[in-house]
Amino acid sequence: MSIFEYNGSALVAMVGKNCFAIASDRRLGVQLQTIATDFQRIFKIHDKLYVGLSGLATDVQTLYQRFAFRHKLYQLREERNMRPETFASLVSALLYEKRFGPYFCQPVIAGLGEDDKPFICTMDSIGAKELAKDFVVAGTAAESLYGACESMYKPDMEPEELFETISQALLSSIDRDCLSGWGGHVYVVSPNQVIERTLKGRMD
Amino acid sequence: MGDSQYSFSLTTFSPSGKLVQIEHALMAVGSGQTSLGIKAANGVVIATEKKLPSILVDESSVQKIQLLTSNIGVTYSGMGPDSRVLVRKSRKQAQQYYKLYKEPIPVTQLVRETATVMQEFTQSGGVRPFGVSLLVAGYDDNGPQLYQVDPSGSYFSWKASAMGKNVTNAKSFLEKRYTEDMELDDAVHTAILTLKEGFEGQISGKNIEIGVVGTDRKFRVLTPAEISDFLAEVE
Repeated sequence: MSIFEYNGSALVAMVGKNCFAIASDRRLGVQLQTIATDFQRIFKIHDKLYVGLSGLATDVQTLYQRFAFRHKLYQLREERNMRPETFASLVSALLYEKRFGPYFCQPVIAGLGEDDKPFICTMDSIGAKELAKDFVVAGTAAESLYGACESMYKPDMEPEELFETISQALLSSIDRDCLSGWGGHVYVVSPNQVIERTLKGRMD
Repeated sequence: MGDSQYSFSLTTFSPSGKLVQIEHALMAVGSGQTSLGIKAANGVVIATEKKLPSILVDESSVQKIQLLTSNIGVTYSGMGPDSRVLVRKSRKQAQQYYKLYKEPIPVTQLVRETATVMQEFTQSGGVRPFGVSLLVAGYDDNGPQLYQVDPSGSYFSWKASAMGKNVTNAKSFLEKRYTEDMELDDAVHTAILTLKEGFEGQISGKNIEIGVVGTDRKFRVLTPAEISDFLAEVE
């Protein structure tokens, strides 16, 4: 079994009208045994930039610490927040540094850029960027998330509808995946508000 | 470095609290050829004298204004060879920034990095301070910018500045001529007039250099022909 599937994860981000949503499951397992049911794999970098990390939980936490560290230094040096595109390049560079002994994570980056234009992207574990206009998925539930998102997504959704869509896509996908589950964390970010909700799903 | 007999820093405090090595470096700058820069409303211009030791030198082979990135240019007063080291290091820094963030380096950041190098050369063993001051002109998201970096590693943002042989005259001339709402072309004219003030001999397109960056964010060194056109306008 792949080390990417050791702890299990489901991660998805979607673009709406001047907003974006990012959601994940809450399970931390060791193969089929569940260890924790409130695991966090989506992190805030600044008010308009979030990063989700699927894959091996230990690397998720290490990587987040490195990103937070680099972003804080950037803020102090340049007296501004990183644009999502800039942050994506940084993440890509940090991952490729470990080309031959990678972090076992697949990141998803979602943020509002200049003029509050939404930006989402994902990467493989060595930093190859994949940009998308609609949605990106990652984790052990990625296959079922693709299906769910492809059938539920429509362009230019308002925040509330976007929340409903991403939540339904997430919940139905994690029901089809043994390694992710236990509800979800959802963030819907628009220029002047953030909706943060915890979902209950099949809690088994 | 660091293992020879001279591995201590040459720049040490005198009992009165001065760093004489840095004062000597500033002397080298002060006796160098005049350079100046003006920040206009829509761009920046930097200009410098290009006096060559002999008429036999091919003037087209000497470039005193250089590009650091496509939108940032630099010139110097003082020791030419020392400036090349700084230009090389700054260009490398700019490319490293671009490689990491896929975004051109802001002028402030590049100036800070360059100034850091200059500071390190005042405190490291086995090296001497740089005998140059730099004028860095660039245009980025924060608009047009003009910086002067000194051998001590201190740097300032200027609306207009001069350095080299005729600093005092050139600066007072600039103080009289400078206005906030100056356009780039006016700034080029003022730059030429300022250089002309303290110029020994006949000024021409071949013995001065001018670099400009405007709203297109492309730093450009003017050709001798373009400079001659400006000179004709000034007269």
